[in-house]
Amino acid sequence: MGKIELRAVRKAFEATEVIPDLDLDIEDGEFAVFVGPSGCGKSTLLRLIAGLEDVTSGRIDIDGRDMTRVAPAKRKLAMVFQSYALYPHMTVRRNIGFPLKMAGLDRAAIDRKVEDAARILNLTPYLERRPGELSGGQRQRVAIGRAIVREPAAFLFDEPLSNLDAALRVNMRLEISELHQKLGTTMVYVTHDQVEAMTMADKIVVLNAGRIEQVGSPIELYSRPANRFVAAFIGSPKMNLIDGREAERQGAAAIGVRPEHIRVSRDEGAWKGTVTVVEHLGSDTFLHVDVPGVTSINARTPGEYGIKPGEPVWLTPEEGRIHRFDREGRAL
Amino acid sequence: MATAQTRAAARLMAAPAVLLLLAWMVIPLGMTLYFSTLRYNLLMPGMEVFVGFENYEFFVTDPAFWIAFQNTLVMVGSILVITVGGGILLALLLDQPIWGQGVVRLMVIAPFFVMPVVSALVWKNLLMHPVNGLFAWLARSAGFTPIDWLSQVPLLSIIMIVSWQWLPFATLILLTALQSLDREQQEAAEMDGAGPGSRFWYLTLPHLSRAITVVILIQTIFLLSVFAEILVTTGGGPGNATTTITYLVYVQALLQFDVGGASAGGVIAIILANIVAIFLIRSIGRNLDR
Repeated sequence: MGKIELRAVRKAFEATEVIPDLDLDIEDGEFAVFVGPSGCGKSTLLRLIAGLEDVTSGRIDIDGRDMTRVAPAKRKLAMVFQSYALYPHMTVRRNIGFPLKMAGLDRAAIDRKVEDAARILNLTPYLERRPGELSGGQRQRVAIGRAIVREPAAFLFDEPLSNLDAALRVNMRLEISELHQKLGTTMVYVTHDQVEAMTMADKIVVLNAGRIEQVGSPIELYSRPANRFVAAFIGSPKMNLIDGREAERQGAAAIGVRPEHIRVSRDEGAWKGTVTVVEHLGSDTFLHVDVPGVTSINARTPGEYGIKPGEPVWLTPEEGRIHRFDREGRAL
Repeated sequence: MATAQTRAAARLMAAPAVLLLLAWMVIPLGMTLYFSTLRYNLLMPGMEVFVGFENYEFFVTDPAFWIAFQNTLVMVGSILVITVGGGILLALLLDQPIWGQGVVRLMVIAPFFVMPVVSALVWKNLLMHPVNGLFAWLARSAGFTPIDWLSQVPLLSIIMIVSWQWLPFATLILLTALQSLDREQQEAAEMDGAGPGSRFWYLTLPHLSRAITVVILIQTIFLLSVFAEILVTTGGGPGNATTTITYLVYVQALLQFDVGGASAGGVIAIILANIVAIFLIRSIGRNLDR
């Protein structure tokens, strides 16, 4: 019930073009994540879908119907804002019930739906409180509650986790994913955090300067990035990108190898270098290695690896895991 | 370094100012209370006698007192309604992005900087004058008989003049409050299906409640003591039509030279002002706690 199609959508604020011609399909029931660095137009794109911004040209279809000029309230979309945008003077019950009240439902129906939503989101004990008396995570859930009572065709999330602390963020990530499993409704999620994108998405849309760099499942983007930008953006820690002589030997302008695809050895390998920094995470050890003639390379070894800065080490990129890019940055 | 000595020194340094301000308040208040118990008329110097509560009785049983009391309440209440209502409207208008916003805002604020006496005179002679006034000219141009504002609808005229003076204050406070309204909240309400009317009622108005409270409290304090506008335009008349408590005290003291009666009136005015203040704090003051 929630297929979203964008056709040749363009957005300009006066002279500055934020989004040049863009086409995108989001399938029904899909969890789509827009990801990109700040200022890449991902939030603008979400606001265009929501109807909070008008498109300069192009067409937006929701559920197969042209919604380009339709008011936000009539698009059957619900949005969760970065600041949660709860109404501070209303209790949780009235906050969640507000869209229903605006839709003209009677009190009994509103109460029933609000209580159902509260049960799903574990908010029942807090129904009579005001937003000011809730923690960040609870406010977040109220905002989601306000969205789900409307039974929208699709949910829009605008960086909903960026105001939470790290531990809570991981929790809420899981809760939103579970909610998606439970409801099966289309979700469009905007974030600058590639970890959120990788863990939650069915489909990731990588944006850069208003342009779509690549669309695909998390694993597709990880294993076959279309260009240097996506290669560097997806994956943590970042992919090692190497230009120069070493790349030319592989017949490319640049090559990229992810830290986890580099074998580390004390006595043999392709590149010899000196360890500069060692990061022990327990589960993994990251070595920052200065390889003469190549660059500084980050390599990951599983488990504990007993090596100290200043010691020599050999690195070998795994065959078939090397990404090659041409002069324009496109993958070969 | 807040040692005991520096604290003591600080108190010593501040003491003259504190004592001066205290004296400034306590001595007049004490003298007023004292005078209010005396038969004290400036026309009969040296004949002051202690009379207890006679002055109070005299002031309260004066038929003008109840009219003045009513006039005060009607005047303050009407001005509050006009300035808060008009202030919200103007603030909403001024919040819209328009060309020349800065100049328009400055012009809206301007009446607040005009002295009460001057603005009252401008209204009296340039606008409300039954022969030369702008309103009279407008009425004649439209074929009506001009109204003699200050003698036919004196209290309404006073209300109009003072409202005009205080509207900028209300507008200014409410405009700043309006500008702090969260944009995402409004967008969320828009997506929730709330039209402009509902957004105003459920979002903007509750957001403004604190600012409205501040406007009402501050204005009440100043409106209870409106004097210059009445003196310059109607002089409390015709009859007692525009006599307020404040004006009645003035009449008692400086036209009838009855210092004792005027002091009693002043004390009663203080008590009434405090009753109004308690009532206001009880009913709307809780808005300030949130």
